[in-house]
Amino acid sequence: MNSSIKNALTFSTVEPSGGLRAAMDKGRAEIIAEVRASGIRGRGGAGFPTSVKWNLAAAAKSDRKFVVCNADEGEPGTFKDRVILSEYAGLVFDGMTIAAYAIGATTGILYLRAEYTYLREHLEKVLAERRAKGLLGQGVCGKDDFELDIQIRMGAGAYICGEETALIESMEGQRGEPRNRPPFPVDTGFTGRPTAVNNVETLAWVACIFARGADWFKSVGTGKSAGLKLFSVSGDCKAPGVYEFPMGITVASLLEAVGGQDAKAVQIGGASGYCVPAGEFTRTIAYEDIATGGSIIVIGRERDMLKVAENFMEFFADESCGQCTPCRLGNGKLLEGIHLLQQGRCSMQYLRELCSLGETMQLASKCGLGQSSPNALLSIVKHFQSEIMGRIPAAAAAARE
Amino acid sequence: MSDCKEEPRAPRSTWISQVKTPADAGAIGATVTANIDGQDVKVPMGTTILEAAVKLGIRIPTLCNHADLCVAGVCRVCVVDVEGQRTLQVACAYPIAQPIKVRTHTAKVRNARRHVIDLILSDHYGECYCCARNNNCELQSLAKEYGVDFYRFGHPDKAKYEVDRSSYAVLRDMNKCVLCRRCVRTCIDLQEVGVLEVAHRSHKSKVETFMDKPLGEVICINCGQCINRCPTGALRANDPTYEVWAAIDDPTKHVVIQTAPSPRSAIGECFGLPPGTPMTYQMNTALRYCGFDKVFDTNFTADLTILEEGTELLLRLKKALVDGDKSVKLPQFTSCSPGWVKYIEHFHPDMLDHLSTAKSPQQMFGTLIKTYYAKLNNIDPANIVSVAVMPCSAKKFECNRPEMTSSGYKDVDFGLTCRETAQMISEAGIHLPDIPKSDFDDPFGTATGSGVIFGATGGVMESALRTVIELVTGKKVEQFYDHADIVPIRGFDGVRYAEIQIPDVGPVPDLLKRYFNDWNWLKGATVKVGVCHGTANAKRVLENIRAGGKFAECHFIEFMACPGGCLGGGGQPIPTSPEIRKARANAIYSEDSAYKVRKSHDNPAIWDIYNKFLTDGPCGHISHKLLHTHYTARGKYIIVV
Amino acid sequence: MLITDRERLRDDIAGWAGRYGRERSSLLPILQEIQKKYRRVSDHAMQIVADLLGIHPIEVYGVASFYSFLSLTRQGKYVIRLCRTISCDMAGKESVAQQLRNDLGIGFGQTTPDGMFTLEWANCLGMCDQGPAMLVNDKVYTQVTPQQVNDIIEQCRRAVSVFATHNKEH
Repeated sequence: MNSSIKNALTFSTVEPSGGLRAAMDKGRAEIIAEVRASGIRGRGGAGFPTSVKWNLAAAAKSDRKFVVCNADEGEPGTFKDRVILSEYAGLVFDGMTIAAYAIGATTGILYLRAEYTYLREHLEKVLAERRAKGLLGQGVCGKDDFELDIQIRMGAGAYICGEETALIESMEGQRGEPRNRPPFPVDTGFTGRPTAVNNVETLAWVACIFARGADWFKSVGTGKSAGLKLFSVSGDCKAPGVYEFPMGITVASLLEAVGGQDAKAVQIGGASGYCVPAGEFTRTIAYEDIATGGSIIVIGRERDMLKVAENFMEFFADESCGQCTPCRLGNGKLLEGIHLLQQGRCSMQYLRELCSLGETMQLASKCGLGQSSPNALLSIVKHFQSEIMGRIPAAAAAARE
Repeated sequence: MSDCKEEPRAPRSTWISQVKTPADAGAIGATVTANIDGQDVKVPMGTTILEAAVKLGIRIPTLCNHADLCVAGVCRVCVVDVEGQRTLQVACAYPIAQPIKVRTHTAKVRNARRHVIDLILSDHYGECYCCARNNNCELQSLAKEYGVDFYRFGHPDKAKYEVDRSSYAVLRDMNKCVLCRRCVRTCIDLQEVGVLEVAHRSHKSKVETFMDKPLGEVICINCGQCINRCPTGALRANDPTYEVWAAIDDPTKHVVIQTAPSPRSAIGECFGLPPGTPMTYQMNTALRYCGFDKVFDTNFTADLTILEEGTELLLRLKKALVDGDKSVKLPQFTSCSPGWVKYIEHFHPDMLDHLSTAKSPQQMFGTLIKTYYAKLNNIDPANIVSVAVMPCSAKKFECNRPEMTSSGYKDVDFGLTCRETAQMISEAGIHLPDIPKSDFDDPFGTATGSGVIFGATGGVMESALRTVIELVTGKKVEQFYDHADIVPIRGFDGVRYAEIQIPDVGPVPDLLKRYFNDWNWLKGATVKVGVCHGTANAKRVLENIRAGGKFAECHFIEFMACPGGCLGGGGQPIPTSPEIRKARANAIYSEDSAYKVRKSHDNPAIWDIYNKFLTDGPCGHISHKLLHTHYTARGKYIIVV
Repeated sequence: MLITDRERLRDDIAGWAGRYGRERSSLLPILQEIQKKYRRVSDHAMQIVADLLGIHPIEVYGVASFYSFLSLTRQGKYVIRLCRTISCDMAGKESVAQQLRNDLGIGFGQTTPDGMFTLEWANCLGMCDQGPAMLVNDKVYTQVTPQQVNDIIEQCRRAVSVFATHNKEH
């Protein structure tokens, strides 16, 4: 395994537990205020303001609260959390500790995907060191009123468990099926108690925010999308890997940095994200334009867009939890549609019907998986219609030769 | 019922879908205004959009939602447009916590619902006209409501799964399953039996038994509650009408049918009548018209059950209280519900000695028909085909138990559900409400109100108490309870407990003199009884007994596998809901009130049979041979080969 | 299954239940231990777990069949999971897949007759910048070429045979 880090990351310049100690000098309300001032939003992709989440969890009354680090990174094309956990686990645990203090949680849980089992030993070691240093346990950082321990829970191979309520179900020993929302986890989460679920990267940035100050973070990025962001870049480019860029970067400048200027399209946000054609490379990566958890898949000139769409739909057809009708059956119908297109047997009317079905899935599915699984196909149909229509069936082509 | 609480483990789907009022304690009890399609309605915080819409008389279609079950929110048929929300929300699971504006039939909503229905149809194998649920299918109704006139996303042309016919009671055709999970919520949450669950994921999701074993080989108790809640034809009872017709058409066969009390209060529903319309005497006529040679009333053996079970109870009490016999198990449990019997055989096999050994009324009747009745009428029992109309799917299993052959033949040949009976009647060209009434056939024609109320939860207990009180005190029950209605044990509370005082005792009736010299040992006693319905409640009561709680002190407990008792049985008309069951119960109790004779021991036909046939009385040698049974400790381990 | 095997399984599960706690939230950790040691979650194991946690066996079955890292049938000593998702696909996973089929003599979803290898597809392994990627049990291999496939398989075989000789000598 080679190092995936391709440019200088802020994380390597921030002193471990520096942010934590700075935060521990503040009151609970002050911490949340600082997070709000930084403008940080969830780095997992959905972009929910972190301070709002913490505020709700802090306000909820309960005998016990939890902070959960969502390390079930499974979005196709995303691997930044793996890098953060291997290289900067301390920052992540700093962030969890700050979150726990802010909302009043006494237990932290890191939910690690089964595919990253090889990281567990390292993470357990980091946790043991923190316990030894007094960064965990009774009286964290010398604060008598703050007790916290962090445990690691392993996933068992299910993309859907990256959805926060499915993740909680999974930790409760259930099938990883998303819950109805409301109620939200900040109110009714793990074992029915208030639970703040945050992405690995979000928590690491929180540690940096307290080390460097909210103003520093806020000064980078755009108005609605503050700060820096890690990107997992893969596909047809010269230097795939993990990059740090400010939010609001244009697709074009990102491609230039990674050596992917020749791309025909870029899939932003993984399988559940959008396919951006070359004509739109001036667009920006930010919550107000193209939101993403950081997956950038560069698609070269010679790639077949239908094969790309097929790969994504196969992924969803396999990873849907199967609970709600639109997602369980809809993904299969879209995949069938792609096969029809590949065989040159899809009428325009049926293609429109499939796109309309895709819109229904976006509106009526129970969770983010079904709500976003049609995105890739819909954007490919929109931008690459001439490429995907009018294919000649393979048999007919063979007969002509 | 505070000492019978058990809450370490919340049933899964009540847990995930609990619709909670906001955390703000001050808000509890507060109301909030919802605006649905332009109309305002004030509702308590936490009310769902669906409930609020019902209040306004606005229809929102549903599929996975069911009045008896916790919310799932999985079918997505009930999506609505909530102002300010990016996506559509499901009305069944969305709690209203602040003023909201909802629109129930925007283009987005209509389109989404239509797509959901289209998708389900693209995965639903089978044609409506060859389906047991034709004309009573929620998916079919939805397709009609949304004007589905072609299969937009195709329709399967071959079956994916083999139909599971391994169970006497429940037939499963997973090709018709829409994964609404009602059966799962019924089996795991409502009944806490745990036979059905969704296995695998994505499009491979399927409702399965443990390791996908045939239903007949797992720990299914045959209660059929899943059938009653299945919106399609995926679950149905294993239907023997073909064989029954064949017997009717065979001139060498003498085909008799007994009818249980519950189907009478419900069969009208199959012919469009409102729930709770009694059809007892029309059904008699209809069954004769179908070709049954005799129509008997199961209530007769219900009365007989009371005498047998009541005597058994008095004997157990005497052995325990007077003789100090430690081996006697108390409380005594009722044994008329075959779903309950199989439940305890699987889940609490060490408690089988608590079960009354008395057979259920259906099986007692079966035995008497092929012995007493056959002899009386000089018919070769080999030529008698005995059929039973039951509100129950578990009765189909019960009549096939190998031990149920005390007459030397299969005591009851076929168990029909109320639905199958209605099907036979309509096949014979009869519209039930339109035909004249007629009475039951002799010699079992006479029954009492006590037999009738067997159909409702608490009915067996009330009947038994009416008889025991009178036999022991020598006084009329009416002196203790107005109109002999033992109200404390009526109702629909899942678990009920009552104490009955015996202030004074009378002389021992002749019938019981062989066992008892006097009742003095019961003078001043308090008889403690319990009633529960639904196996989830049964589980709670049994655990309470194990823990030495209040129910361990009881003398007699009535258990019914189905919520509501037999009137909510797995063989009753579909749909079911608390309101429907209540209406059926009202019909049953009003029928009881109308009877002149309302206590089992006052039934002259019962005296007759003890004089002429069961000559050594209740619990005597003959009755033990014919009317009592034994049980099998099955355990719950499932062997997978 | 031999009675001694059953007892061993029961003792193991009771031990894990003791460690993780006899509550529903311990279900996945217990199933993962069973999977690790016995290479599958058997029907018998599921019923023991259900008994200890006070839940229905069918619920354990529902959970065990949901997750792709739990298996109801016995897996090989080495489970090879090749990533099939987009970036690894673009990096040429198909030729690695074909070589795996050839060298192992089985298809995806199958186990070699000697019980040594199980071949499975995996969805995104998070090695998208270094595809094609695959997991052999918990070990990750990146930028796998068809030529390397045989070496990786042989390494696994050797690890087992060395261990076997080692046992014989003592």
